[in-house]
Order: sequence, then C-alpha cells, then structure tokens
Amino acid sequence: MIHQDAKKKFTAIVGEVNYLDSKQSLVAYSYDATPNYQALPDAVIKPRNTKEVSEIVKVCNEYKIPIVPRGNATNLCAGTCPLEGGLVMIFTLMNEIIELDEENLTVTVQPGLITLDMINAVEAKGLFYPPDPSSMKISTIAGNINEGSGGLRGLKYGVTRDYVIALEVVLPNGNIIRTGGKLAKDVAGYDFTRLMVGSEGTLGIITEATFKLIPKPETKKTMLALYDSLEAAGRTVSKIIANKIIPTTLEFLDQPTIRVVEDFAKIGLPTDVGAVLLIEQDGPLEVVERDIKRMAEICQEENALSVQIAQTDEEGTALTTARRSALSALARLKPTTILEDATVPRSKIAEMVREIEVIAKRNNVQICTFGHAGDGNLHPTCMTDARDKEEMHRVEKAFEEIFEKAIQLGGTITGEHGVGVMKSPYLAWKLGEEGVEAMKTLKMAFDPNNIMNPGKMFAKETRKRVVVSR
Amino acid sequence: MSTTNERQQELAIDMKAGMDYDELMNCMRCGFCLPSCPTYRESGGNEAASPRGRIALMKAVVDGIMEPDEDFEKQLSLCLGCRACEPACPSGVKYGHLLEAARDIIQKKKKHSLPVRMVRSLVFNQLFPKPNRMRTVSSLLWFYQKTGIQKIAQATHLTKIAPGNLSIMEKVLPQVPSPSQLKNRPTHVAAEGKVKQKVAFFSGCLMDTMFMDTNDATLFILSKSNCEIVIPEKQNCCGALHAHSGEKDGAKALAKENILAFENVKADFIVSNAGGCGALLVEYGHLLKDDPEWAERAKVFSARVKDISEILLAVGMPKMVLDEQIVTYQDSCHLRNVMGTFSAPRRLLQQIEGVTFTEMKDADRCCGSAGVYNIIEQEMSMQILDVKMEQAKATKARTLVTANPGCLLQMKLGIERAGLQKDVRAVHIVDLLAEAVKKGE
Repeated sequence: MIHQDAKKKFTAIVGEVNYLDSKQSLVAYSYDATPNYQALPDAVIKPRNTKEVSEIVKVCNEYKIPIVPRGNATNLCAGTCPLEGGLVMIFTLMNEIIELDEENLTVTVQPGLITLDMINAVEAKGLFYPPDPSSMKISTIAGNINEGSGGLRGLKYGVTRDYVIALEVVLPNGNIIRTGGKLAKDVAGYDFTRLMVGSEGTLGIITEATFKLIPKPETKKTMLALYDSLEAAGRTVSKIIANKIIPTTLEFLDQPTIRVVEDFAKIGLPTDVGAVLLIEQDGPLEVVERDIKRMAEICQEENALSVQIAQTDEEGTALTTARRSALSALARLKPTTILEDATVPRSKIAEMVREIEVIAKRNNVQICTFGHAGDGNLHPTCMTDARDKEEMHRVEKAFEEIFEKAIQLGGTITGEHGVGVMKSPYLAWKLGEEGVEAMKTLKMAFDPNNIMNPGKMFAKETRKRVVVSR
Repeated sequence: MSTTNERQQELAIDMKAGMDYDELMNCMRCGFCLPSCPTYRESGGNEAASPRGRIALMKAVVDGIMEPDEDFEKQLSLCLGCRACEPACPSGVKYGHLLEAARDIIQKKKKHSLPVRMVRSLVFNQLFPKPNRMRTVSSLLWFYQKTGIQKIAQATHLTKIAPGNLSIMEKVLPQVPSPSQLKNRPTHVAAEGKVKQKVAFFSGCLMDTMFMDTNDATLFILSKSNCEIVIPEKQNCCGALHAHSGEKDGAKALAKENILAFENVKADFIVSNAGGCGALLVEYGHLLKDDPEWAERAKVFSARVKDISEILLAVGMPKMVLDEQIVTYQDSCHLRNVMGTFSAPRRLLQQIEGVTFTEMKDADRCCGSAGVYNIIEQEMSMQILDVKMEQAKATKARTLVTANPGCLLQMKLGIERAGLQKDVRAVHIVDLLAEAVKKGE
C-alpha cells in the first residue's frame, strides 16, 4: 500500500490522470512477457518529463516505495514484473525523438519511444541503427537499453550496448546525471553509460538516450540453406567465419522449430530437414554478391541439401520474418512457452544443441531450439503447461542442466534477455560468488534503500550446483 | 453485503465456469498484438485497453485476482471487436471468441434499465430475427423518407432531439425501397451466359431491406459474371449483432435456421456480401461446437462460405468502366481479420478502367463502426473515425469503398462530420462494381 501522503505528492507531481490505482490498471501492469510471473503493483505512474521522474524518485526514496520502470513489458526474464509491489513507471508520455543529428550521425530520444519508430525515422534519412530485437515493433528503446537487447544482426553489428553513447539518468536519490556524449572518444572517469546498459532498472531510470548511427548498407541479400544434420550446419557456421566472412545474420532453426514456423508463416520451408541456416549479408553490392556466392559454396561443401538465394527483397523479408516469428509460433503448441537464451562460443553450437536434445529426453520435456548461430546465442524453448506442476518441475531441472552445460562450454546463462528474476538463481554460476558480491556492492552504492526494481538480478538464494567446474 | 457485490460475485463464478481457460492461457503476453489495436493506440498506450491487457483482465477475474467490477465491464465494452489482433498474434489466440464469451456471460447477469431492456428485446428478439418485421420497419422508414416528414424534420431541426449521432446517422441512411419492392424478392437468378459457378446467396436482414439495392446489385453482377444464383427463402439474419452484443443464444438459434435453409441447396459456395455477416457465417462451426447435433453440420456450412469479392475475382468480371477518379478502400475488419479477404476487393477495383486505386494509410484499421459500437461507445468511435477521415482525405479519393453496411454508414457519417459531402462519396464495393459494369456495356 502506498502511504496517503506519498500518493498526494505523486498526484501533485504528475496530475491525477497520470497516477492510476484502479484494480484494472494494477492488473494490466502486473506482468511482462515472462510465463508464470504476475504480481500487482500498488500504483502506476506516467511521468511527462525528466524533472517529474526525479521528483517521483525522491518521494519513493523518502517513503521506501519500490519503482519498476517499464517499457512495453516484452521482456522474458520477469524484469518488469513488480514482485515487491510499489510503483510501475511507464513512459508513454515520454516517447519523442529529440534530435536526429546528421552531422555527428547520432539520434537522441526519450525512453518510451518504440524501437521500430526510431529505426524508421533513422532509415528515412539514409542512416542505420542495427540492433533489431524481435520485439522491436512494440518494445521501447529504454527497455532495450535496460535489458541489453540483441537481435538478428548482432553477429556483424553488435547489440544495443554497442550503440548507446550517452544517457541521461535519474539516480535513486533523485539526482539527474548525464553520461557520455556525442563522442567517439571519452575516458573521463568510470564508463557509466555501459554500466547502465543491461542494468535492468536496478541502478536508475533512463530518461534520455543518444545512439550512434552508421550509414545504411546499400544492399542486402538473404539465403537459406537446408541440412539433414545439425553437425553439417554447425560446421558451415565455423567455416564461414574461418573464411573471414562476417555475415549480417547467421540464424539457425532445428527441425521441430522449422515445422512450427512453417505452419504459422506458410512460406514454403521444408519440414523434413534436420536444420536450417538463414544467412544474410549487407553492404556494397559487389561485396554482398561475392560473400553470398562464397557462402553458398561453403554450404554446398558442407553437404547442404539445398541452398536457395532470395531473388527479391520480398522473398528475403519473408525468410527473415519467418525466423522472427519462431518464438511466438512455438507458443501455438502448448499453453506455456518458456524461452531461454543460453549462449556458448559459436564453435560449440552443435555440441550444445545436441546436449539440449539429450537433456530434454532425459527429463522427458519438449524443447525446440533456434537462435543466432553466428554469435552462439541459442534459444532452447520449452513447450509446457504451467498448470502441470510435476512437468514444470522437470522443465526447471532441464533448464538447470542446460545452463550448467552452457557454462561448462565457456558460455553464459543469458545472451540477450537479461537476468531479471528468471535467471537470478544462476547468476553466481556465471560470475562466481565474488562476482555477485561485487555487483551487489555497486547496487548498494547507487541505491542504498533498494527501491530500484528490487528482487531482480540478485536472488535470495543461489541454486546449488552439483558439479562446479569453471 | 450490497447487491452490487453479490452480482459481481455471481458474475465471477459464471466467468470461472464459462471462460475457456486454455485459450486464456494461450496468450503468452508477448505484446505483438499491441500495435494492431485501435483502442490501445487511441487511449495513448493504455495496457488495459489492449488485447493483451483485456485477456489479462479476463484471466484475473477467472483467477480471482480481481472482481468483475464496473471498470472491467467498461473495458470489455470499449473493445471494438475488430479482431485486428488475431492476425498479429503468432500464438493464434482466438481473442474474438474470448471476448464474445465474456460479453455473453456479462450480458446474462446484467440488470438493464427498462428502456434499455426494451430496446434490446426489440432489436435482438423482435426485429432482426423476424424478416417480416424487418420489412415492416423498413417500410415505415420508407414512409418517413417519402412523405416529406424527413425533410420537415431535418429543416426544423427536429432530428437534433435524437441523442448523439443519431441525428446525423438518420441523414446518412440510404433511401429505402418501397414495401412492394421488399415483398417480391427473387429466389433464383440465372447466369447471363454459360454457367461458370452455381452459388447460394446469403441475403441477410439489413442487406435485404435497407440495403436492398446493394443486394440487387450483387445479383446483377453475379449473373453478369456467369454465376447461377439460388436464394433460399427460409434463411434469416446471420446473428452477428447478437453474438457481438453478448446474445449468444439468439445467435445460435439463427445459425441453426440458416444451416437448415442452406443445407440441401446444391451450390459450390454460399456467397455473402457483408463482411460482418460473412465473418459470423464462417464461425458457425465454432458457435455450435458444443452442440452434438449441429457441430458437424455447422462446420460444413462454414466451409462453404465465401465473400462476393473472392467469387468475382475467381470467375472473372465483365468489362468495367468509370469516370477518371481516385478510389480508395476501407477494409471491413471482420472481412479482413476473420474471413481473411483483403486482396480480392482491391484487385477488383484495380480492374476498373478509369480508376486509380490509392491505398489509404491504415486501411486495415477499424473505422469505429463495429456493429452498435458507434452508438454505445460514441466518444471513442468518433475519435477513431476522425483519424480515419484524415487518412481518407490524404488519398484525394473521390470514392471511398467499403464492404459492409455498418462501415458504409460510418464512412458516410465521417464524410458528413469532415464536411466532405461535395467531394467524396462512400459506396459499397458491389454497388460500384455494378455501376462500372453498366458503364462498360
């Protein structure tokens, strides 16, 4: 419950209409895209500018009210589920492009801007913002920053982290700071910009962000290669990189995923093959053509059953759209879909996927795998039913084993979705107890009253690992 | 305990018993539906006014997290039921079915005021399901229009007494056919040339009275395109208005009458010329899925239903000509999102000589008509309509084409509101095609 005095202060800051505490509003902001997590906040607040954010935070700090900054809640780690109640802060009233600077090749935006709206505005000027999370049609830009979102073009261009160059942040004490700038070079003190990216709303609230942009690639070509075995697809990935080609996109789908995606997208994917690689290259025409030709040869050398190069942009778009819909298409199979993002060095992909199959079988659960083959970021996805407690237990066990294997192979527990609540019990597996301790110390320094998105990232208890091998 | 609370508790129990929990669970909350939802957009991004939000509200009631309070009912009422979220949903959640089920349950528990009860009973029980009475009412309207009472009423601003939009609505109603025209409806129309396809025509209730000219135009172009048409006499209102307003039992009864009427008619397809009707006809299979006697028969019926534009495109149109002009098309939500018909009407319009087809921005977005929505949720409806008119204006089109009577009236209303009467007309696609065929002869 929010103290009456605090409520008065909140409504004085944002106005009555921007402070919502009807039951309906509380339910509507009680979840994100993570299955099985739901908790009601005490109120929902819509600030109109940075000053209001700062004033709200000061009141929260005074009354020790938790704040969960929320974009459009497409995240998959329960990062925006208000587990400890408090305020959910939404940014629908702060969604403008502040400046598109064509001289410095930067764009400065407010936190609530939809990622795709920013991409479209930037591309209309012949510029390019490469990160392209699958949720970009609805996810907000600050949500992308907070979760450290990736996407299909990560292999060649990197992820959200690689493009944020300046931030305005409201700290948990209400202070407003600015980090970075429109600069290529800047070593003045700690790199707070990078610290904030992927901080999942636990250190402060992003109220403005500046991104660097690059010129829009002139051309793009898409290619689809089919394999009867996963190993062959895996070997192709390694060989492409070993041939010193970095494609924009190198995605892979396993057979069960292909089936479901085809059922949904109906674009003529063959459903009887072992694995599919979706490959894309962009850049100057000559380079694209040369790379696509060479990659097609490599696919053939590695016994691809067929290699199909999209002849038109529409054909290419259809292929990438199909890949983008993989997650949600899988959701058609069973009521609950749990999607993880265990990540391994790319040379270990085939081994990891094979191990996932073994783990799924051993625990008697259904897991399909797709993901970003080029950067080793896999999406083992489990189709289950949250109402079946016994099966949920097996699912949990299977994922535990998957994370364990990923770490063993030199990988990590999350490549692009964030830790949130979902992965918090495993954080120490990746960082070690000392690593977690260092992060907690940092969090305490920023947020001594623990009001910023409490309960996220740091679990009350760490999962015990049977075998500890690092 | 107050009666409100008791009613809410009873409603909560009915929701628990009556909602399809599997379907509620199927929503994975990915949020992909949000950008497609008109009320989400018009409410400035209010999660509760989105499909994901409304499903969460329904589930919260079933889970006992929230009471089905007034806010809850209001939020469900605010949904247009345009179902644009369904094609956008990769998980394939049947949002429309969830909404209809919830509205049906709420309706059954609802204590309407006497006037509302009377109107509902009149509309849902006494009028739409009774073809003869539809004709009588239509004749009264004809009398009103023909005798000059309408002109007097308009001139003396008597119509302004009518609440909200009804006064403008009354202005945009079509000229209704005379009682004698209404009586002698054909039951069979031969193809003009060699029969390419034999079709059964679903004539509808509003379409066969107030919009009778459009039905006649439909028969005319089908015949010109060499389709033989049978029009079963015993058919009735499709029940869409009932289904969308939470009168599921009424909809089911009508569905059975229609299935009976068409069951033994030998025809390749059942043709519909109104998106709203067609969408319910293709869902009879779902509507009657729990009725062992009717489930299979309903499925067979639904599988035969096709929109007029799909048939015409398949059999091929005779030469069509119109004066040089820009034409744009407003999708009927149900035609597009439920029947899956969106390219056929556009391709037909592009076949007309003299026509430059210009796509309107967000043509696939609901116009705000949505059955009786424009009367019940007037504010939101008009907000949506005014945006739509801006987009229509931007195409510079002289003719604004629709494929459903509700959308057509809404477009006419929009044209009046925007003061575009002199430059723009709204027309049902069938009427425009018929006009173009006649001119092409």
